[in-house]
Amino acid sequence: MDQHPTIDTRQTLETPEGTDLSLYPAGFWIRSLAYTLDWLLRIAVVVVAGIVLGASGMGQGLTLVIYFLMEWFYPVIFEVWRGGQTIGKKSLHIKVINDDGTPVTFAGSLIRNLLRVVDFLPGFYVTGIIASLCNRHFKRLGDLAAGTVVVYANSVAASPVLESVGSRPVPDGFNTDEQRFLLAFAQRSSTMSPARQAELAQVLAPAVAPGDPVLAIKQMANHIVGDRTQSAKGHLL
Amino acid sequence: MKQAAFEQLHAPTWRALEEQLRLLEKGGDYPPAAQQQFAALFRKVCHFHALAQERHYSSFLVDHLDNLVTRAHQQIYRRKHPILQPLIQFVVTDFPVLVRAEKQAVMWATLLFVAPLLLFFIGAQIAPELVYTVLAPEQTADMESMYDPANKVLGKARDSDTNWGMFGFYIYNNISVAFRTFASGLLLGVGSGFFLTYNGALIGAVAAHLTNVGFTTTFFTFVVGHGSFELTAIVLAGAAGLKLGYSLLVPGQLTRLESLKNASHVAIRLVYGVILMLVIAAFIEAFWSSNNIFAPWQKYTVGGFLWLVVFAYLILSGRRRAA
Repeated sequence: MDQHPTIDTRQTLETPEGTDLSLYPAGFWIRSLAYTLDWLLRIAVVVVAGIVLGASGMGQGLTLVIYFLMEWFYPVIFEVWRGGQTIGKKSLHIKVINDDGTPVTFAGSLIRNLLRVVDFLPGFYVTGIIASLCNRHFKRLGDLAAGTVVVYANSVAASPVLESVGSRPVPDGFNTDEQRFLLAFAQRSSTMSPARQAELAQVLAPAVAPGDPVLAIKQMANHIVGDRTQSAKGHLL
Repeated sequence: MKQAAFEQLHAPTWRALEEQLRLLEKGGDYPPAAQQQFAALFRKVCHFHALAQERHYSSFLVDHLDNLVTRAHQQIYRRKHPILQPLIQFVVTDFPVLVRAEKQAVMWATLLFVAPLLLFFIGAQIAPELVYTVLAPEQTADMESMYDPANKVLGKARDSDTNWGMFGFYIYNNISVAFRTFASGLLLGVGSGFFLTYNGALIGAVAAHLTNVGFTTTFFTFVVGHGSFELTAIVLAGAAGLKLGYSLLVPGQLTRLESLKNASHVAIRLVYGVILMLVIAAFIEAFWSSNNIFAPWQKYTVGGFLWLVVFAYLILSGRRRAA
C-alpha cells in the first residue's frame, strides 16, 4: 500500500485493470453525524407507526415489526439497494463500499450492521470509535469483519476556482501528490492570512527562487489546472 | 508525449465514458448498444489514468481520470441482488449443508446451551431454591400467573388480533436476541457463550419451577411446538458467533483480520437461516402454541412432529446435491 504522505485521507487501491483508484475513507465525526440523522429518522418512523397503528393488537404487532426492521435492517436495505447510502449518509455524501472498491454486497452489509452490537459497547460506539482510530481506513469492527469501508462518495470534480495571477510551469520532479499539495494550497489560500500563507510557502522558496513563493505556488496551481474552460469548449463543440 | 497533446488525443474517450456514467448513475434507460462499448471504454480510461500517473501529468488531470475510473469501477463490478431463486436454493440445500459443515461450532453451541438447561431443570427440581439464582421472585410470580391452568379457558382460541400483536413481539424480541447472540461472538466467542449458557439456564429454571408448582401441562403444551424452531435457531446463532470468536483465536495461516473476514462471511449465512427459522417459530408461537382448542395429546403430537421435521431437515436435506 502506498506510504506517501498525503494531505487528506486518500488511500490507493490497485484494480485488476492495472491502475490505482483513490479512496477517501470517512472519519468518525462525519459518520456519527450521518448515524445521528438516520437515528432520528428511524425514531420518527417508529413513533409515527406507533401513533397510527397502536390502537389494535395487530397494529401493535406491526409497530414492533417496524421497530425491529428499523433497528436492524434499515441500513442494510439502503446500503444494498440504494448504492451504499442510507439517507443520513447520502445527505453527507459518504457511502459504504467493499474494501476492493466494488459496491457493498448483502452479506457484507448485514455483517457490518449486526456487529454494531459490539461496536456500540460499552456505550455510544466507544469500541467502534477506538477501532476506527486504529487503522488507516477508519474501519470499526463491523467493517473489519465484513471487509467494507465508508468513503466519501465520488462527486463530479468541479474545476477549482483559483485567483488569476498568471501561470508558470511546474518544475520537473514534482510528482502527482506534490502537485495536489500545490493545488490544495491555492484553493485554500483564501481561508488563510497572508502571514500564514507566506509561512507555509516558505518551504518551497529554494525551489522557486528568486521570487515570492506564495505567488509562485498560485501560478503553478493555475498551470496545473490549465485553461480548462476553453479546452473543454473546444472539444465539446 | 506532452500533456496537452495527450489530452487533445484522448479526451473524447473519457468524455464518452463520463457521458455513459451519467446515464448509468441516473439509473434510467441505458441503450444496449452503449453496454457493449462500456467495458472497452472503461479499460481504455484505466490505461490513460495509469499513464497520466506514471508520466506525472498535472494532478488535476489525474484526479479527474481517477474520479471517472472509480465511478466506472463501481458500475462494472455492480452485482445483481436476485432474491427468490437463491432463497429457495438456500432453504432446500445450502443451509442444512452449511449447518453440517459447521458441525463443530454447532456441537459446542448445543453443549453450551443444553448442559445448563438440563442442569437447572434437574437441579431445581431437587433443590427448588436454585431457581432464584437466575430468576427474580417477581419473574417467577409472572411465570406462574402466565401458565396457571386456572387462567386458561380450555377449548378456546385467543382472538386473532392479540395473536398478531404477539407475533410482532416474538419477531422483535427473538430475532434481536439471536442477533446479539451472534454479534457478541466477536468478543473472542465469550459473548455468544454467555448468551447461550444464560438462556439455557433461564429456560431450565423456568421449566423446573413450573414443574415444581404443577403447571406442567399448560407450560409444556405451549412451548413444545415452537421450541423446535426457536431453540434450534438460538443454538445456531450462537454457533455462528462462536465461529467468529474462534477465527480470531485460531487464525491458522491467515492474518487474524483475513481469518475473521472469511469466517464472518460463512457465519452470516447461518444467520440467514436463523432469521427464517425464527420467523417460522414466531408464527407457530403466536397462532398455534397459544391455541387451547386442542387437547394436550394433540399438541404434544404436533410438537414432537415439528422437532422431528427440524432435525430431519438439518440432518438430511441437501445430502444428495452436496455429495
